Amino acid sequence: MPRVQRLVLDVLKPHQPNVLEFARAIAALGSGYRVEIRVVEVDEQTETLQVFIEGEALDFEAIDEVIGENGASLHSIDEVSVTGD
Amino acid sequence: MALNRLKLLLEISGSEAIMRRYFVVNGFDGALTLLGLLMGFHVSGQVDLSVVITSCLATALALGMSGISSAYISEVAERRNSLAQLERAMVSSLDESHHARAATWIPWLVALVNGIAPLLLGLLIITPLWLGNSGLVSWEDPLLVAMGVALGIVFLLGVFLGRIGGTFWLWSGLQAMAVALATLALIQWLGA
Repeated sequence: MPRVQRLVLDVLKPHQPNVLEFARAIAALGSGYRVEIRVVEVDEQTETLQVFIEGEALDFEAIDEVIGENGASLHSIDEVSVTGD
Repeated sequence: MALNRLKLLLEISGSEAIMRRYFVVNGFDGALTLLGLLMGFHVSGQVDLSVVITSCLATALALGMSGISSAYISEVAERRNSLAQLERAMVSSLDESHHARAATWIPWLVALVNGIAPLLLGLLIITPLWLGNSGLVSWEDPLLVAMGVALGIVFLLGVFLGRIGGTFWLWSGLQAMAVALATLALIQWLGA
């Protein structure tokens, strides 16, 4: 089964939880998950993020769930890197 | 794990400071109310200790219930409003998010803190009366001991506020005590 190894996501989230907590929540999904977040825009109640996630086999569904649990919404998948078996 | 979840909900909702404020405000309210009640009994002369205990306990319970219900009603309204505003900003439903969970559970937590503060402090103030009434300790005047406990609690609440605000703890403790002593003086004057 092809393995997703890199994702770049465009995410809109409320100010809380903060970016650090948000990155931790995604990174906690699996060992070896590497998360990098760039804040693109800050509004009164929300912020737009570019989220870079790398790992041996990323679980996209779980990542999407964590994004939703933290009150954020996934706007687009801007980049993917998938490796076949 | 549950503790981490609770910490997260508190952080998301920014409720720690609100709960601390509610604890101090309603705790102070409870301690001062009971202090006033005890002073009222004291200036009115000989009163049966069991009557004092029942009156104080009923007052503490009423303050507790009032604290729980008033804080819950106002917090639910505030949290729902905040969640609706956030949903409008996000242009999506947050039903499955920690924010929605916080809007449901945090009002209960805040209400409990608001209600427990006067109840708990009230029970502490009543304790010398119980001990005296049951004969476990033979105070010369259990009312004065209970009033001393109430004054001590008011002082400690002041100290707590001073530490939060970064001011000199003794000064803020004495400020709180001054309010309590002024209340006692007023009751003494009214009862004289």
